[in-house]
Amino acid sequence: MEKYVYINDRPVVWDAETNILDLARKANIEIPTFCYHSDLSIYGACRLCMVEVEGRGLVTSCSTQPFEGMRVKTHTQQILKLRKTIVEMLLANHDQECTKCSRANDCKLRDLSNRLSIDEVRFRRTRPIMPKNLGSECLERDPNKCVLCGDCVRFCDEIQGIGVIDFAERGQNVSVNAAYGKSLQQVDCINCGQCAAVCPTGAIVVKSHIHLAWDAIHDPQKTVVAQIAPAVRVALGEMFNLPNTELNMGKLVAALRMIGFDQVYDTAFAADLTVVEEATEFINRKSNGGKLPIFTSCCPAWVKYAEHNYPSLLEHLSSCQSPQQMFGAIAKNVLPEKLNVKKEDLVVVSIMPCTAKKFECKRPEFIHDGIADVDLAITTQEIGRMIKEAGIDFGSIEPESMDLPLGFATGAGVIFGNSGGVSEAVLRYAADKFNIPVPESIVLQDVRGGSGMREAILADGNLRMAVVHGLRNAQELCDKIIAGEVHYDIVEVMACPGGCTGGAGQPIVHSKKQRNKRTENLYHADKVMTLHRAQDNPFIHELYKTLLEEPNSHKAHELLHTAYRHRKRIDDDELSFSADDGADRCKIRVCVGTSCYLRGAQDILAKTLQMVEENAWGNYFDIAATFCSEKCDKGPNVSVGDTVIHRAELKQIKELIQKEAQRRSK
Amino acid sequence: MNTQYAKAQSFNKVMQILDRFDRSENKIIPILQAVQEEYRYLPQEVLTFIATSLGVSPARVYGVATFYSHFSLEPKGKHIIKMCDGTACHVRGSSAVIDAIRGRLNLSAKKITTDDMMYTFETVSCLGACGLAPVLVVDDEVHGQITPEQALAILDKIDKEEKENA
Repeated sequence: MEKYVYINDRPVVWDAETNILDLARKANIEIPTFCYHSDLSIYGACRLCMVEVEGRGLVTSCSTQPFEGMRVKTHTQQILKLRKTIVEMLLANHDQECTKCSRANDCKLRDLSNRLSIDEVRFRRTRPIMPKNLGSECLERDPNKCVLCGDCVRFCDEIQGIGVIDFAERGQNVSVNAAYGKSLQQVDCINCGQCAAVCPTGAIVVKSHIHLAWDAIHDPQKTVVAQIAPAVRVALGEMFNLPNTELNMGKLVAALRMIGFDQVYDTAFAADLTVVEEATEFINRKSNGGKLPIFTSCCPAWVKYAEHNYPSLLEHLSSCQSPQQMFGAIAKNVLPEKLNVKKEDLVVVSIMPCTAKKFECKRPEFIHDGIADVDLAITTQEIGRMIKEAGIDFGSIEPESMDLPLGFATGAGVIFGNSGGVSEAVLRYAADKFNIPVPESIVLQDVRGGSGMREAILADGNLRMAVVHGLRNAQELCDKIIAGEVHYDIVEVMACPGGCTGGAGQPIVHSKKQRNKRTENLYHADKVMTLHRAQDNPFIHELYKTLLEEPNSHKAHELLHTAYRHRKRIDDDELSFSADDGADRCKIRVCVGTSCYLRGAQDILAKTLQMVEENAWGNYFDIAATFCSEKCDKGPNVSVGDTVIHRAELKQIKELIQKEAQRRSK
Repeated sequence: MNTQYAKAQSFNKVMQILDRFDRSENKIIPILQAVQEEYRYLPQEVLTFIATSLGVSPARVYGVATFYSHFSLEPKGKHIIKMCDGTACHVRGSSAVIDAIRGRLNLSAKKITTDDMMYTFETVSCLGACGLAPVLVVDDEVHGQITPEQALAILDKIDKEEKENA
């Protein structure tokens, strides 16, 4: 029997909707809201979604469960007035410089103000104007545009499991901030940018580097080449109200040439190269008893997350650089000769669905003698804006093809943009080695799909793969792996929902359907290609013949692999216990960070302090607790003078202190 | 030397406090209260340590610490003076007392702690003792129906004691 709810006196079938807002959407009524986001917990703070329920009066539709026979009104006189007042009050404190705001076209506040026909704001500003926070390579924050819906806070906490930002202060002074009001660069932000993607206004936006791209293009000295990431091709069309077809990729190539890029290449080519390198690394580890599972390392947000939170797993990460960086390394190596240009005059611009790529290309590992492998990373949105700035009628231009050889990719490289794509591409490469009878364009249903955590067990259990997206899922999986509860050979991690197609550099996603469509289109792009396995790419073969010798060769390691390091969660001073009198003391540092704490650092610190106090050695030693000495895998870490002790034991520390005290007492 | 032991003991106490409250995220407020009692404020690096120990993000702990006006992220003076400026106290003349104390200690609404770290003076919204309005609290001792002269006399007394102890 169907159950009905009456919305504005019209019956609506109530299936499994858990709140009135979703039910109303089904009935084609868009109730305004800032803080309701289907992927996140229900917050009920913005009060815009108020509706009237018969017998109950005004309720927030996002947090009210329907019941059979419920009668709801969504636009009574009172409700319309209420909504207008709320939006007016938000506008009173909002920086209304819409003409200068990069989110103007996608701003929910602006849209709502328009929809509710607000033509004047009756209230005056009550909050002081706050300074912008420009602290990160990838993201910019403007608190004067914040409507305090908390979407960013909840995304970072609930989906990414990090919680790098939260509400600080109270009432009038409340703001979204990182710990201690620090910039995002000083804390454990992984630059995934999803806070900017869920922000309904321009309070957090992706930092624009468009001007740097134009500078390079307009510099006659420079030869500027572009690489286009796989996921860009299935989303750019949205910026021009075009359906996302394969044609858009060709149009983008043409547009880039019109803008002034000298060569246009495909990051999917480098993804093919990544497949060969990473699969070879995996096969070697598998057959030589190396560290398993191997974690993918294509996602720079995940890599930084692991560096902050899972130092013990860093050795498990594939040493392969991401496709963006592999492309850069190859480009800076082969293109100067091929294009007859000096290395320092070659500018590699990558066009990415991702905000964290801006951070990745600035990592010192990828800059050699002052020359970066990738000079500049701009997002899908930024290239869309450049096309508009140049006045190119994107809808009407004829598609063109990419330049060779770095513009030739197989389907394996293309599906990298989907969550599960890397696993599938690696499997296409490695299938022979594991005697998995699959066609070359294997469709691995188990790793496809939208769920945040998926697994595939193949080759009679000899090959176990896990695919996760969203770092809270990754966290859950990593903890299980460390605890020995689950065993996998390959773990693919993507920070953003759906993988790169859902990256924060892409046009703003308004619905899950829109994101799923991108995923589907990327799989279609693979289907229509002639080659589906990375090892079939003739230009990859040529590259190994002329430059790299063989997969995982010394040369390949030099150019295409990298290493990871532990990072502190927060820029912080150590907690010193010594008198600040400038006397020369032997420094004792005990790490009490999470991982050392779990291994008993607290006991060591307490006993060390006790020992020094009992013997009245306060003049000899300067004891401090540090939050991380960045060797968490070897904790607890203690240093006495210049001696660093890993896996410290109390007895050993006591002996060292004893010795030092004796020396000093003489 | 004494400073070293004091600091070290404070930190040992933090660890004891954390253990006493089972390192539970749900007990974050009593933990912060106990830690603030120890340090007289909440030092940043101690907050980070608490966050790490409780398994929550430092931003969340910072959010809690800044939400409640009871918590202070700035070092406070040795003597803490609170003047109620709620409706009842305001009507009964708290402003004059506030001005007198600020004038004497050379403080303002923004600068609440003296340079010698001896006094912190803050206004609060209501102490729930409206019958005694206007109310002044000096180091947890409540003084009702206070006048500016009485307030200054209390400060004089503290100054004298401090000098004798020095």
